[in-house]
Amino acid sequence: MNDASAGEIRIVADRLVKRFGDFVAVNEVSFEARRGEIIGFLGPNGAGKSTTIRILCGLLRPTSGKAEVAGLDVARYPERVRENIGYMSQKFSLYNDLSVRENLRFFGGVYGVKGERLSKRLDFAVDMAGLKGREDALVADLSGGWKQRLALGAAVMHEPAILFLDEPTSGVDPESRRRFWHLIYALAGEGVCVVITTHYMDEAEYCNRIALINGGRLIALGSPGELKRSAIRGEILLVEGDDPGAILEALEGVPAARDVAPFGSSLHIVVDDAARDVAAIEARLKERGLSWSKIEPIKPTLEDVFVQLVGGDGARGAAQ
Amino acid sequence: MTLRRVRAIAKKEIIQVLRDPRSLMVVLLMPLMQMALLGYGVNLDIKHVPICVFDREGSQQSQSVMKAFQASLYFQIVESERDYDGVKRAIDAGHCKMAVVVPPDFSQNLASTNSASVQAILDATDDNTANVALGYARSVVGAFSGNVQLQRTQSLGQQPPVTPAVAQYRVWYNEDLISRNFIMPGVVALVLALVGAQLTSLTISREWERGTMEVLVSTPVTRMELMTGKILPYFFIGMLDASLCLVIAVFWFEAPFRGAVTTLFLTTSLFLIVVLGLGYFISASIRSQVGASQIALVVTMLPTTLLSGFAFPIDQMPPAIQALTYLVPARYYFAILKSVFLKGSALGDLVAPIALLATYATIVGLLAARAFRKTLG
Repeated sequence: MNDASAGEIRIVADRLVKRFGDFVAVNEVSFEARRGEIIGFLGPNGAGKSTTIRILCGLLRPTSGKAEVAGLDVARYPERVRENIGYMSQKFSLYNDLSVRENLRFFGGVYGVKGERLSKRLDFAVDMAGLKGREDALVADLSGGWKQRLALGAAVMHEPAILFLDEPTSGVDPESRRRFWHLIYALAGEGVCVVITTHYMDEAEYCNRIALINGGRLIALGSPGELKRSAIRGEILLVEGDDPGAILEALEGVPAARDVAPFGSSLHIVVDDAARDVAAIEARLKERGLSWSKIEPIKPTLEDVFVQLVGGDGARGAAQ
Repeated sequence: MTLRRVRAIAKKEIIQVLRDPRSLMVVLLMPLMQMALLGYGVNLDIKHVPICVFDREGSQQSQSVMKAFQASLYFQIVESERDYDGVKRAIDAGHCKMAVVVPPDFSQNLASTNSASVQAILDATDDNTANVALGYARSVVGAFSGNVQLQRTQSLGQQPPVTPAVAQYRVWYNEDLISRNFIMPGVVALVLALVGAQLTSLTISREWERGTMEVLVSTPVTRMELMTGKILPYFFIGMLDASLCLVIAVFWFEAPFRGAVTTLFLTTSLFLIVVLGLGYFISASIRSQVGASQIALVVTMLPTTLLSGFAFPIDQMPPAIQALTYLVPARYYFAILKSVFLKGSALGDLVAPIALLATYATIVGLLAARAFRKTLG
């Protein structure tokens, strides 16, 4: 999957803008995505992730800019684009009053899948969702993880080249999330280009490339490794102590500490040189009479990247 | 338009209707209830008007006036009063719609002056009933004086007076002048308009509310396919309802049916397409189920009852209102049903209303297809 950059281009977003009245939901967003690539949209609520996906699916008309999906201009050939895409919306969108099989048959039908292929795809989707033997169960009676995998199955009934997943894993338990990501990897392995929005930093790490979105703007685009290398200039020190609040306050005045941000019960401090700057930090904590249990250099996480690029509030919003 | 997609949507819709007890109730019980309610409830015939009598004379002559009223089908004497206060109370309390008062000098005037009068006091809060009752009262009294005259000439041994001209009348199509015969086609039109628009009013708004529409619009299904697939199942359900209503009208309420079943079938299909399309149009325009259902009710119920010619004759409306009636599809269907039921009209006799209904169906269909947008927001 790391050779994704070699695959053919499946999505081109060219300076997409979407305004709702005075509010600019999407602001000059441009990117490309290729065959077999998993591209993750990461950003706080209201950043414009879903709006961008809806534009690419032809569900919203962009105010300006151009979207090409599967080599087709979305504005000009929306129906032909739709034949090539699968879409999972934020809200669960299968029919609760239909059974597993009826739902899949329905989506197969509207996607124009027929005959032998339909029954094959139906078996595939049932298998994928792990619902073998429960084909006649009403969807309303399924739990979150199954519903979500079934929705994915419905979205790929017609073997689309491109898959748009809008926060597919929200409200699903970690085990189900893990299984879901296995499915996404498998689909990408078959060449499907997957665009997925998420709140979860750990999920973003699974993507080939991450598009960081904040305030409608695409503020960074690259693989998790690239983002960590390019966004963080310097090193990260992890500080743990009894009173993180007081430590945070104490360290904010230290010149060596370029940035201090809380991460759970610990703190991440951005410094130019970890080995050199530890001393200054320890000195300040002693001066204030604060104790610490740990100060050590760590590898930057995506959250650090986010803090650097978006600022603390946005990052916390995204990381929930 | 791909048949496969239309079929997939129609199939899904049928499964959903069959699984949803509420919509099943709308489908089957609503028409039955409305047929019963309107069939029994709406009665424009005025018969057995409750009246009271106040006989101030108590003679043989005054008693025969009372008997004439009692014998009439149109009146029912429910009270007999002894003074005007009693008359006032009976009318104020609403026991009686009319009071018949025979003055104390009735027989004397009848014998001497040849002009005796009988007083009728009417409760005109319902002016229509009052008017009709007054007309009946006149004819009862008229018949009475005719009899008095006849007896008098006979007792004098003279020839009965010659009546110069007599109107001979024959009533066509509704020979017994029973208003129910005319009402039943109207009831069927009303019920179908209500049920038809209700059936489809939820079909799109439900999907928006439940969130299923967001994915459905991301599929290659076209507006025409969606509309056809969604309306088709309700068309069959609507035809089932229509048959139910028509069978009830003919066999239960005994409305005379003189036309051909095929004429009825074709015209009913056309009308159903119009009302189903109307419901779909509302559903696609308003993304809330409650809103769509209520608007469908208002849009079908009021115009159909008021402007279809069912409750008020169209040619007696002011011209502006008459113009409005052309916008009410039930107007055409009601006219067709009346003709088919009572006159036994064939398709050839109904070209005008059928053409208008077909035009209506086309326009509603186009509007309905356009109302649905495959975009969000």
